[in-house]
Amino acid sequence: MRTIKFLLQKEFRQIFRNRAILILIMVMPVMQLIILPLAADYEVKNINLSVVDHDHSPYSQQLISKITASGYFRLQGYHTSIEEAYRSIEQDKADLALEIPYGFERNLIREGEQQLFIAVNAINGTKAGLGGAYLADIIRDYNQHIRTELTIPTRFQSLPIIEIVPNNRFNPLLNYQFFMVPGILAILLTMVGGFLSALNIVKEKEIGTIEQINVTPIKKHHFILGKLIPFWILGNVVFTLGLLVSWLVYGIFPQGNLLAMYGFIWVYLLAVLGFGLLISTYTDTQQQAMFIMFFFMMIFILMGGLFTPINSMPGWAKVIANLNPVSYLVEVMRMIILKGSGWRAVLPHLGAILGFALVLNSWAIWNYRKTN
Amino acid sequence: MTRKDSVIKTEKLTKRFGDFIATDEITFEVLKGEIFGFLGANGAGKTTAMRMLCGLSTPSSGKATVAGFDVYRQTEQIKQHIGYMSQKFSLYEDLTVLENIRFFGGIYGLDNRQLKSKSEELVQRLGLQSETKKLVGELPLGWKQKLAFSVSVLHEPKIVFLDEPTGGVDPVTRRQFWALIYEAASRGITLFVTTHYMDEAEYCDRISIMVDGRIEALGTPQELKIKLNESTMDGVFYQLARGAKRSD
Repeated sequence: MRTIKFLLQKEFRQIFRNRAILILIMVMPVMQLIILPLAADYEVKNINLSVVDHDHSPYSQQLISKITASGYFRLQGYHTSIEEAYRSIEQDKADLALEIPYGFERNLIREGEQQLFIAVNAINGTKAGLGGAYLADIIRDYNQHIRTELTIPTRFQSLPIIEIVPNNRFNPLLNYQFFMVPGILAILLTMVGGFLSALNIVKEKEIGTIEQINVTPIKKHHFILGKLIPFWILGNVVFTLGLLVSWLVYGIFPQGNLLAMYGFIWVYLLAVLGFGLLISTYTDTQQQAMFIMFFFMMIFILMGGLFTPINSMPGWAKVIANLNPVSYLVEVMRMIILKGSGWRAVLPHLGAILGFALVLNSWAIWNYRKTN
Repeated sequence: MTRKDSVIKTEKLTKRFGDFIATDEITFEVLKGEIFGFLGANGAGKTTAMRMLCGLSTPSSGKATVAGFDVYRQTEQIKQHIGYMSQKFSLYEDLTVLENIRFFGGIYGLDNRQLKSKSEELVQRLGLQSETKKLVGELPLGWKQKLAFSVSVLHEPKIVFLDEPTGGVDPVTRRQFWALIYEAASRGITLFVTTHYMDEAEYCDRISIMVDGRIEALGTPQELKIKLNESTMDGVFYQLARGAKRSD
C-alpha cells in the first residue's frame, strides 16, 4: 500500500505540473461537447433544388412555394428543360431536380391524376435519400391538400385514408441532440482515457525512467495500479464536466439512476484505461502507441453504434461491435440518460464491461515485463 | 580472499539476440566492497552483461548469482539489494530534487523517519540545500549525475551498478563523483562501474576488459599493465580493443 501511495503522489505531481496537458484534458472535451452536437446533425437541410416548371400554373407555383417554405430546400434555380437541370446536378450545384410537366394543373383537376418527375444526385447517399423522401412527403401532403379542396365534402369520406400518428417515446420532439450528446460524451471519455494511459507508460520508456522503475523491487500490479488510479480519477472529472455541459447547454439530464450511470462509468474507465495500458506494454515509442490507438479508436467510434445502428450491420460487423466497449457505453448512456433506466436494465452491459476490464488489465499486467 | 566474500559470480554467462552474441560466456567474480571496473569498447557487450546482472534481462545460458540470488529465478530479490544508475539519465526531470529522493526512497520501502533523515543527509552531502525545490530538469548535468548516484545508494544496497556514470561530465565534477564512489565503498557497498575514461579505470580495485562479447583481461590495473607490458591503462586498452571487430 505504501508503494502505491508513493506512485500516486508522483503521478499526480507530474499531471498537475504539466499545465498544458491538464488544460487540454479538461477544456477540450467541454469545447467539443459544445461544438460537435451543433454540427453532427442527422437532419438534412439546405438541399439545393432545381425546378423545371413546364406548366407555369397557380398549382405548380403553389407546390414550389410549399416545398421552399418547408425549410429543407433551397431553390437553386428554374430551368427550361430537364437536360439543363441534369447539368446543374452534374456540376454539383443541385442535389435534386423536380420536373413539373406541361398540363399539370389541368390534368390534376380534370383527370384527378398527374405524374411528377424527381431526379436525385446520389453522390451523397444520405442527403439524396433523405432529400428525396422529404420531397415525396411534401408532395403527398400537397396532394392531400388539393384533394380536400377539390372534392365536395360528403358525410362519408369516399376514399379511406390511413393516417399514421407516431408517438416518439423517450424523445418526443425527435431532438437529435438528445441522441448525439450522450454518444459524443461517450466517445470523448473513451478518447481521453485511452490516449492518456496508452501514452503514459510509453513516455517513461522513451525517457528511460521505466528502467529505473524496473530495477526496483516494485510489484508489477502496484505499478499498473499507480498508473490506473490517477487517470481513473481524471476520467471521472471529465465525465462529470461532460454531464454538466449537457445539462447546462442542452438541458439533458439523466432521466434514470445517476448512481447506476456512475457505477457503469467506473467500471468502463477501468476497461478503457486497461486497454491503453495494454497498448503501452506492446509499444516502445509514443508515436507507435498513438498510431495503434488511433487505429482502434476509429473502429471503436465508427462501429460503436453512435452514427449507425448496430442492428443494421452485417453479421461479422455485429461481432466486432460486441467486442467494442464503446458500443456498450453508448447504449447504456442512452438508456439511462434518455430512457430513464436503472440498475437492472444495465446489468448485462455492466457484466460485459467488467469482463473487458478484467481481461484487459490482467493482460496488461501479464505483458508488462520488468525483465526482458 | 575466500569464496563467501564474492557478491557477484558468473559462469559462462551468455546473451544472444538471434544470431548475434552480445555477451559470450563471460566468467568472473566481484568481491564485497570492491570497486570493479567493467571496461570495453562501444558495443563490446558491457551494458547487456550489466542488465543481466541487474535482473532487467534474462540470460540465454550460463550461470550467475548477484548478492547470493539467482539471475534467472530470483530477479526481484536481486532488485531489493542492488542500486542501478543507467547510461540514460533516469530521475524524473519534472519532479523536484526532494520529490525524486522521497519517491525512490519510498518505493524501496524506507519509512518516513528514514526518508527524512536520509534525504537531509543526501542533500547536505551534495551541497544541494538551496536547490531542493528545483525541478531536476533544471540542474546542470554534473549535479544530476551526482544526485542520481546518491539516489541509487539511498536504500543501502549491497551492490551498485553504474553504467558510464560520468559520460559528458567535466573533470572537476568527475573527481567529485569518484569521491562519492569511494565514500560508498568505504561503507561496504560494492561498486560495479563501466567507463571509457582510463584515469577512472586506475581508480578501480580490479578491472575487466571486454572485447567482442568476451572478457579478454581481468586483474588489478597494475597487473594488467605488467602483463601486457604497457606503462599506461590507455596502452593496455588500446592493445586489447584494437582487434575488436564490432563497434557501434
